[in-house]
Amino acid sequence: MKQTASLPRTILAPILLGVLAVALWQLAVVVLEIKPFVLPSPVSIATEFSSSVSSVWAASLVTGANALIGLLIGAIVGIIAAIIATVLPITDELSAPLVAAASVIPIVALAPVFYTMFGADKETARQLVAALAVFIPVYLNTLRGLRQARPVHRDLMRAYGASAWQTTRAVTLPGAVPFLFIGLRIASSLAVISALIGEYFGGPIGGLGKSITSAAASSNYSLAYAYVLGAILLGLVFYVVTLGLERLVSPHRASASAP
Amino acid sequence: MSTAPSAPGQPIASTRPAAVSATGVGKVFASRKGADVTALEAVDLTIAPGEFVSLIGPSGCGKSTLLRLIADLDSPTSGSIEVFGKTARQARIDQAYGIAFQQAGLLPWRTVRSNIELPLELHKVGKADRAARSSELLALVGLSDFADKYPDQLSGGMQQRVAIARSLAESPGLLLMDEPFGALDEMTRERMQTELVRICAETGAAVVFVTHSIPEAVFLSNRVVVMSPRPGRIRDVIAVDLGRAEGRGEGLREADSFFEAVVAVRESLHGEPAGAPAARGVDQR
Repeated sequence: MKQTASLPRTILAPILLGVLAVALWQLAVVVLEIKPFVLPSPVSIATEFSSSVSSVWAASLVTGANALIGLLIGAIVGIIAAIIATVLPITDELSAPLVAAASVIPIVALAPVFYTMFGADKETARQLVAALAVFIPVYLNTLRGLRQARPVHRDLMRAYGASAWQTTRAVTLPGAVPFLFIGLRIASSLAVISALIGEYFGGPIGGLGKSITSAAASSNYSLAYAYVLGAILLGLVFYVVTLGLERLVSPHRASASAP
Repeated sequence: MSTAPSAPGQPIASTRPAAVSATGVGKVFASRKGADVTALEAVDLTIAPGEFVSLIGPSGCGKSTLLRLIADLDSPTSGSIEVFGKTARQARIDQAYGIAFQQAGLLPWRTVRSNIELPLELHKVGKADRAARSSELLALVGLSDFADKYPDQLSGGMQQRVAIARSLAESPGLLLMDEPFGALDEMTRERMQTELVRICAETGAAVVFVTHSIPEAVFLSNRVVVMSPRPGRIRDVIAVDLGRAEGRGEGLREADSFFEAVVAVRESLHGEPAGAPAARGVDQR
């Protein structure tokens, strides 16, 4: 009941606001005669987007593949590291300063270094940048989730005479899942951003980042914006897929707000 | 089983060992600053099979500690505890008791049914048997329509009923309950009490029930164990004779016998002179 009532608000209202903003933008460009290199009109961007949709798609595939590989590697390593840090607290203490440092430095700053390490003609550097950016939020959130076991659950499992592995499987791991997904949701956007920004520092052409810079360099601003639009859509896809995965894995969270 | 005569003081029903038998139990919590806290001292308590016993007392009197010792969630520093003739540890491993806490402690990612089945699942009970047992228990606590809901979709009272169903999953002969209704509103609480009396009558389980509500203790129990704090010890054991479970309806809450028992427990709890020898209470000053 409540969900249907709030549907117009949660979906229609933002769409309305977006349409309004785009209309205002178009109006401003036309009325104020803003030059295209300052700000192209939405209509010209849309035209450019639809006429070059295949090249935007191709560029999105390149950047998206880098982001996805980075996301998978970073997430898997992050989860494994968090489990190790839970089982062996000493590893957590040893790595704490490193993790703190890694979460402070902008990881994309490492991209030029990686290009020289792995070769400027390979995508490895970008994937690695994305993986590193993903690792931090996944590791930190999963670690927190694994330490979240409530005393009442621990007592209960002891009362059942459950083994350590049974407790881990029945309580600790499922309890960490919501935290893991908080990390993954942050990481999914970070992966796309990092893979894309990584392209600005070198490497092979073909991705969204390179396409944006080269379109802007040849004064084709509408095309540059068309690629930016592609990047936004790519980021959204990553975010929404992660969100969908979360709903799939934890149905109790999706249904908890129902009654 | 040895053929030796049972210990003196043991009633004739020696074929079935006591549900709980605590002898000289003490518990000292060592604190880091050297000031040890004596939570329990010289506690002797025997609970017969099928008997409902409440532990009541002010905060810090060790009633929850005593329950945790019976459950083998902590171990006593002195004395011994036996559950159905076994050590507390063995009884825990053999699943001789079911337990429920103040927090329902349900796993939010499991449905109501699968929460109830959790202990069965841990002990490798087959799928079909689990389903049959959980259906039975769901009916017992009146939640059959909610089997596939998640805990977050239930009210506090319903969650607590699920926790009770879960504690009954393996048909234990002993139920340990640590203020299970403590977080509920008064109305729900009274309804849950009535239900618990019915459930206990149906299952025949002995119950150790920790509470700090006098009416609750009196309404539910065969005996009320009154405890006093610092160090936690048993001050008094008051037998409440309100008849067997079948007769305990809502009307009982307004009966004279109910009020008399409430007064008796209250006076013992507050250490007021009730005409009874209050020497032990005086000793402690």
